[in-house]
Amino acid sequence: MSADTAAVNLLEVRGLTKIFGSLKACDAVDLTIRKGEIHALLGENGAGKSTLVKMLFGSLEPYSGEIRWNGQPVKIANPNAARKLGIGMVFQHFSLFEALSAAENIALSLDDQTPISTIAAKAQALSYSYGLPLDPYSLVGDLSVGERQRIEIIRCLLQTPDLIILDEPTSVLTPQEADKLFETLERLRAEGKSILYISHRLEEVKRMCDAATVMRHGKVVAHCDPRQETAASLARMMVGSEVHAVVRAPIEGIETAEALLEVRNLSRKPATPFSMPLKNISLNVRAGEVIGIAGVAGNGQGEFFEAVSGEAMQLEAGTVRIRGQDAGKLSITGRRLLGAAFVPEERLGHGAAPRMKLSENLFLSRYATDSKAFLGPGGVVKESAIDAATQRIVQEMDVRKSARDPEAAALSGGNLQKFIIGRELDRRPTVMVVNQPTWGVDAGAAAKIRQSLIELARSGSAVLVISQDLDELFEISDAISVMHNGELSRPLPRAEATLEKIGLLMGGAEPGHVDHGLESV
Amino acid sequence: MRIELVRRPQHSALFSALSPFIALGLTLVAGAIMFSVLGKNPVEALYYYFIDPLTGIWDPSNRWQLHELAIKAAPLILIAVGLSVCYLSNNWNIGAEGQFIAGAIVGSFIPVVFPGFHSWIVLPLMLILGMAGGAAYAAIPAFFKVRFNTNEILTSLMLVYVAQLFNDWLVRGIWRNPEGMSFPGTIRFSEWAILPQIWPDSGRAHWGFVFALVAAVVVWFMLSKTLKGFEVKVLGQSPRAGRFAGFSSGKVVFFAFLLSGALAGLAGISEVAGPIEHLNEKISIGYGFTAIIVAFLGRLNPLGIVAAGIILALTYLGGESAQIAIGVSDKAVRAFQGMLLFFVLACDTLIHYRIRFVGAPAMKAESGKAGTA
Repeated sequence: MSADTAAVNLLEVRGLTKIFGSLKACDAVDLTIRKGEIHALLGENGAGKSTLVKMLFGSLEPYSGEIRWNGQPVKIANPNAARKLGIGMVFQHFSLFEALSAAENIALSLDDQTPISTIAAKAQALSYSYGLPLDPYSLVGDLSVGERQRIEIIRCLLQTPDLIILDEPTSVLTPQEADKLFETLERLRAEGKSILYISHRLEEVKRMCDAATVMRHGKVVAHCDPRQETAASLARMMVGSEVHAVVRAPIEGIETAEALLEVRNLSRKPATPFSMPLKNISLNVRAGEVIGIAGVAGNGQGEFFEAVSGEAMQLEAGTVRIRGQDAGKLSITGRRLLGAAFVPEERLGHGAAPRMKLSENLFLSRYATDSKAFLGPGGVVKESAIDAATQRIVQEMDVRKSARDPEAAALSGGNLQKFIIGRELDRRPTVMVVNQPTWGVDAGAAAKIRQSLIELARSGSAVLVISQDLDELFEISDAISVMHNGELSRPLPRAEATLEKIGLLMGGAEPGHVDHGLESV
Repeated sequence: MRIELVRRPQHSALFSALSPFIALGLTLVAGAIMFSVLGKNPVEALYYYFIDPLTGIWDPSNRWQLHELAIKAAPLILIAVGLSVCYLSNNWNIGAEGQFIAGAIVGSFIPVVFPGFHSWIVLPLMLILGMAGGAAYAAIPAFFKVRFNTNEILTSLMLVYVAQLFNDWLVRGIWRNPEGMSFPGTIRFSEWAILPQIWPDSGRAHWGFVFALVAAVVVWFMLSKTLKGFEVKVLGQSPRAGRFAGFSSGKVVFFAFLLSGALAGLAGISEVAGPIEHLNEKISIGYGFTAIIVAFLGRLNPLGIVAAGIILALTYLGGESAQIAIGVSDKAVRAFQGMLLFFVLACDTLIHYRIRFVGAPAMKAESGKAGTA
């Protein structure tokens, strides 16, 4: 290695391999990050991105291969060693204490005994200089997700790293918050710092990144310049085959269609100190349409889902109506019997029991609606009928699994999600309510799930999709509402909805006033 | 070198079946060590514990010992079958001993208060009252758990002492046999109130053992083949998924407690109407607690519990014969049972985890400090 390349390349990874049991999570991975570049790491879930990054940050030990830092071979034994070298990381899931202030949280991660006031002053100065305003004395519990991310970034920057690793940073941000983050990243790049940017959002990668490394099944499949590529060509590299675009046929006469799911003035007190109250939510979903609910995580989507599904019942029977019948006082089973189906956000532990077999998990949500097929006299379970239905769904949704009827926890997240969605679609529900249908699902499977939701709607059902993925909502929805602070905005028809309008609503622009003065903001 | 537990992707069917046997083996080894330390010949001691009570299988003159085994196993199996439903639904009923006593007290009401009531109906009534008494007593922790979110481990355990002391007060006080020479205990039950023996010719095993077998089969069928069993297991493993399925956790708390209370109560009344023939202050030799071990050794499967109940009954009988033959303290039985539970729970880890031995100690010292960022 000549002195020349060492001067340009901050990090060089050669042949890095990590093996878990029989699975090669990373297989001879090469990666070169130059000084002062934003380098994208692309790949579907399970492609090996996280494993690679964990080895760079010292939380996993490589099986073989070499890491060179400024041209010198290094061993990164633990995260402290990584920090000492100058590698900082901002995780996708924050590790902050809600009951402590921002400055106290930062102090916890620093080893030395610097007084809080010094840290606060430093953090504040740094935050303003990077355009990430932050009050160091505010309690984390009171901050939005975007502000919490700022704490993580400031905490990382305080250690003056040369390489900053960001793991899916925009997945929790509104479009406007994401724009702010991009400005900060560009400033960091101008200062000569390098950034490893993990994402599956191709548009932002194309927009910001100087180089990209694409991984698939643990191997690097391409090094490329994302600005020379199209989103479609990047997607093809990630998936390894053509991803079929989701087709959304226009619907006609929807104004006169019957409302199959009606929510009238739904309010709900917070069930726990950390949950969001719901305020006066009204919504209609008509036969044939897909309504999307956008919003930053934690704005009441989970509480809303519980209320609509009947896991939390209402005081007034008319608050929730399914197929024209009052359902507010019905349990989730009662609502299912009216023709509704539900898919919660959490797959393991909510939508499915992790240690139960797929067939048992099919029975879980369908024992009441399909009692004729699945139950004999005296409540005896008909295992063969359930098994047949399970295999039918597995076929239909292309669920990949290692055994005929494995435990739910043994499936990958995407495959389990396909099964859970398929379990409900198999019933041909009249009303389908889905929370985060494709969270953590690879592109191919996500396209399949989205297409099947649209087809369900077009066959005459009402589909309500709650999602934090705006691209997804724009792809499948006929109208989009935004949930913010437990309130729901008026649905914007797809033709009127722009990323900017939705983004403003997600950030808390007043519901119901979306039509006025947007252009001036 | 370091030992790591690595989570298995699927639970291991092999170790599900094997783990009780590994636990038994480890208990035997640890027991042998314990006897050596006590200065006894471990082989001899283990012979008296586990082989001597079984000599009745081939030696007709010892057949009575098999009957004694059935007498001891019956309450253990009955109680443990009920507890398996509790534990599978994540309800930690530790108070079966109290429910056993409550069943015995309530079931004894007719023969003690109306000793002159002679009819074939007395015995069925006693059994029903016994079940009702145990169930009602178990309903107390269930109610507190559902209504006030109280920890059922504490409430059910504390109610054991209430039941014990109440029983003590009864048999020394208002229910004491006036002709009992001041010994605590009620009058002897009339013959209408005594459970018949199965084969009176060879020993005194009574119908309680049959009840236990029937209960095991019925509960096994319920758990493995019916919607109710599915409900119990889902709510136990994954409460949120259970609520998503539309099951009511409160109802299942009551179901599990009432069922296990009723079975413990049946065990209690079968004991006093069976071998003891009257109610006294020491009707239980800790059956309600030992049944916890039985439930886990049987892998919370009612059919496994039948086998586990017989094994634990063996330790009771073996403890007696070892005490007579080689002078081991009868407290050694408790130590044995405790070790067994310990090893059973420890071996269950192998079902979901495998053990990996890792070399290179130098690396590990460093990574041990890491990960706290």
